Amino acid sequence: MPLTTSTSPHAKGHASVTAVMLQVLLALIPGVAAYVWFFGWGVVINITIAATAAVAAESAMLIIRKRPVRQYLGDCSALVTAVLLGMALPPLSPWWLTVIGVIFAIVVAKQLYGGLGFNPFNPAMVGYVVLLVSFPVEMTSWLPISTFSSYDMSFLETAAFIFGGQLPPGITYDALTEATPLDTLKNNLGQGNTVAEIRAQLGLDDVTSLLLSVIPIFGTIGGKGWEWVNAGFLLGGLWLIYRKIIGWQIPVAMLGAMALISGAFALYDPGHHASPLFHLFSGSVMLGAFFIATDPVTAAASPTGRLVYGAGIGIFVYVIRVWGGYPDSIAFSVLLMNMVVPIIDNHFKPRVFGHGRK
Amino acid sequence: MIIAIIALSVLAVAFGLTLGYAAIRFKVEGDPLVDRIDALLPQTQCGQCGFPGCRPYAEAIAGGNADINQCPPGGEATIMALADLLDRDPKPLNPENGQEKSKTVAIIDEMRCIGCTLCIQACPVDAIVGAAKHMHTVIAEECTGCNLCVPPCPVDCIDMAPVKQNILAWKWPYPEQKAAGRTT
Amino acid sequence: MIGAIRRQLWTFHGGVHPVQHKHVSTQSPIRRPRLPQRIVLPLHQHIGEPAEVVVKVGDHVLKGQMIAHATGYVSAPVHASTSGKVVDIGEAPIPHPSGLSASCIVIEPDGEDRWIEHSPVENYREIAPSALRNIIREAGIVGLGGAGFPSYIKLNPGHHKMVKTLVLNGVECEPFITCDDMLMRERADMIRGGIEIIRHALQAEECLIAIEDNKTAAFESMRKAVAGMDKVEVVQVPTLYPQGSEKQLVRVLTGKEVPRDGLCLNVGVVCVNVGTAAAVHRAIHLGEPLISRIVTITGGAVGQPCNLEVLIGTPMNELLSQCDGDISRIERMIMGGPMMGFALHRSDLPVIKTTNCVLAATVTDLPPARPVMPCIRCGACADACPVNLLPQQLYWHSKTKDLDKVQEYDLFDCIECGACSYVCPSNIPLVQYFRYAKGDIWTREREKEKSELARKRHESRQKRLEREKAEREAKRQQKKSALDATGMAEKGQEEAAAALQRAETRRDAALREAEKRRGEGWQEGTKDDASRTRESERDSN
Repeated sequence: MPLTTSTSPHAKGHASVTAVMLQVLLALIPGVAAYVWFFGWGVVINITIAATAAVAAESAMLIIRKRPVRQYLGDCSALVTAVLLGMALPPLSPWWLTVIGVIFAIVVAKQLYGGLGFNPFNPAMVGYVVLLVSFPVEMTSWLPISTFSSYDMSFLETAAFIFGGQLPPGITYDALTEATPLDTLKNNLGQGNTVAEIRAQLGLDDVTSLLLSVIPIFGTIGGKGWEWVNAGFLLGGLWLIYRKIIGWQIPVAMLGAMALISGAFALYDPGHHASPLFHLFSGSVMLGAFFIATDPVTAAASPTGRLVYGAGIGIFVYVIRVWGGYPDSIAFSVLLMNMVVPIIDNHFKPRVFGHGRK
Repeated sequence: MIIAIIALSVLAVAFGLTLGYAAIRFKVEGDPLVDRIDALLPQTQCGQCGFPGCRPYAEAIAGGNADINQCPPGGEATIMALADLLDRDPKPLNPENGQEKSKTVAIIDEMRCIGCTLCIQACPVDAIVGAAKHMHTVIAEECTGCNLCVPPCPVDCIDMAPVKQNILAWKWPYPEQKAAGRTT
Repeated sequence: MIGAIRRQLWTFHGGVHPVQHKHVSTQSPIRRPRLPQRIVLPLHQHIGEPAEVVVKVGDHVLKGQMIAHATGYVSAPVHASTSGKVVDIGEAPIPHPSGLSASCIVIEPDGEDRWIEHSPVENYREIAPSALRNIIREAGIVGLGGAGFPSYIKLNPGHHKMVKTLVLNGVECEPFITCDDMLMRERADMIRGGIEIIRHALQAEECLIAIEDNKTAAFESMRKAVAGMDKVEVVQVPTLYPQGSEKQLVRVLTGKEVPRDGLCLNVGVVCVNVGTAAAVHRAIHLGEPLISRIVTITGGAVGQPCNLEVLIGTPMNELLSQCDGDISRIERMIMGGPMMGFALHRSDLPVIKTTNCVLAATVTDLPPARPVMPCIRCGACADACPVNLLPQQLYWHSKTKDLDKVQEYDLFDCIECGACSYVCPSNIPLVQYFRYAKGDIWTREREKEKSELARKRHESRQKRLEREKAEREAKRQQKKSALDATGMAEKGQEEAAAALQRAETRRDAALREAEKRRGEGWQEGTKDDASRTRESERDSN
């Protein structure tokens, strides 16, 4: 009787793509919780819309491309893309904005390149950049932290605005939104103010700012509120490293490069350059470092290559923040480094066992 | 204005000289094309391409007198290699030249051989040994499986047998694409 | 004492921790199975040239009698593992991943199990190492760890090389396998005997016996056995797959990396499996060639997993049935372990010298492969690789059959341990891709060599034909001028023409005769006939 044959190894570990993706989603929870705490329910609604759109778009593309839908949808990679993009959008983005971004990410940036594993660019970031370039107004309307918002929107009110553009009576859109800390810093520095002056104006503690009825922009170290969101993502990211879902190289290199370069400029001219801590804990740096730059498909492969790749992103983020046209630039930096991944992979191979040290 | 023109001209001349020098200094002496084509052919010397041997076919390809898809023993691998070398589009094997078959080796039925030496004369690689009126035999290691010895044999004692699979020459197959492929 | 001091150990990159499953087969001592009905001895049980048969069908052979001798330097002889009659010499299925057959000698045991006369070495210290090696070669000893490399070659350090350390490999890092474990527990004295001989042959300064820390009983037993020996140490190493791989083990014990394409000898180390050492002991002290080995019979389809001392050539299904095995429950039957062993295509294949384990696995032991997903370049494979390769890049290029690129990524440094496939979240059969690519590169190189040879032969033939033509031409010219000189040119030419005419008629007749003969008996192959007719036409023209 012929037996079934297979090739070694016949034993198999328990890792699966689905498990990897689910753990990434799990690790996002602290950051998302902080986000909701400070900026209201918008982000949750965004994520839900994005996830629904992503599953629909992915299924449609799989059917068109004649791939087994259940198997590929089950890997949850579309969900991760959707959640990352949903989180990167301003909390009060209209629903169509999210949907357009997600569809572009899934259909063009992922499936048209051949689906999971074959896309050279991070799909979530492609979606984000497309939106940022096409709908600059919607993409730059952020909220102040809810404690200081002129109006605290409930879940239903937020949903009503996102889906119907309906604001609660007596509230104007302009009154609701606010420039982000990074934006404020950039503009004020542009007007010739020093960091210390801006901080003195806008970095007040809660009591003083309530008294003066000024909305505080800066927290203890980073942007007000944003520092806690970043801390949440940092926590989740460290857990992913501990679980060996991601390597330490990319986040460490990216944050290290940013800290070094911003530290050097802050030492050289503290008046016109924010501190390293401010840079690390503002905007979406931690989200970028632990969840976006580490997307394995589009990142460099070897450990040394990942160090170079991460450092490249860190440098680009700082350069664009300080000298570029945008206040934050995780998306552009990641996409720029995605482009050079093949070159990095070619140049930074690990030393193979038994080969001379190079 | 004039300074700009002069500056640019000087630059142009300087770069031109550098490039020219580099072209001479770092010139790559490539093999002549025919040799490189010939190296890709299987050297069965079977003539199925319509040319009397592999080198004449290589010369014909280099001279533009033959296409790259006329070599059945080389099959797809050779066509791909030629397409790669000559920067042309690969195309399927021309059926007029024959079909890609598994490798064969000539075997002389020594009971029937009359020792006529006709096959020895036909063999392009001198892989058959024997003298007139004595039994001949094929050196299996040297045989290219070209078939050329079969037609001249007056007693039809030569068979082309497929090269036998053995453990020493066995290799692991390409993994099947089970689920990663399309649904059928 | 030396053993009490914790020895410094090094690490290698990567490695995995598969579930061990070892305790199931260590519950009972090693025992001997019944004498089988048939013994099938393949001629090629080792790395190198197959052995050459020296007996005939019908011969009666004794246990331990050499029945096939080694051919060439890298080769090993085969001995009859019991007394009986040679009933067949020919192709038979053997355990090999291809499922192909190969030359075997089949013996029908006479039941007496009668030995040849033993000729043990009285005092091996008085014999030159080269003579000692020759005895080991004649005893058919090959590496019993799994690779089957002829041992006598390993025991030859060459003229210039100094062997500092002899490493005894008792790591046994693969799950399920326990044959070395049990050997060390029960026959530590034999291993000690082997160590003494091998050390003498190599003139090695020190000896390290490496045992993973999941085998405490074996560790204690070996410690006791080698107590009092000078510069011999039993080293406990942390359990990590694939530590049993020679180069990785040498790195762990000595901190030295064996260079690529190099041998352990390059860093002054020789690495020998504990089973091999025991076999050396038997060959020298008892005069017994390698005719049996310890085999782990295990897996969910085996009722009583255990270790058996099996005669080489015993069919595996007989062993399974003696351990309460249920062949119908076998999902996959594997020779070796679940990481590097290969699946057998049938259950009645013979045990050979390299069979360390027969794993009769059920679906629960080894679940069927999950569907393959695309590579997400997560790098888990690179983290697990003990050689520090980039398996995802190798996979990419093997998949697209880019054979130059895979070599750039050092494909041939891959030891096929399977750690990358084991950890791959996308269930990609990475190792199989690498094996395929290696095989393809070898085949292409062979074919290239062959076509190069064919080209040279063709060219020399062309030259010969031209030379012969030129010679004929020269002769003709010579003759012509000679004839001219005697004024008989015309007559000569006429004669020549007449002779030619006669010859041609004769040949035509012969060809017609041949054609007729063939027409009677051979009707197949119309195309060939047509071409033959063309051929004969051309001849007669």
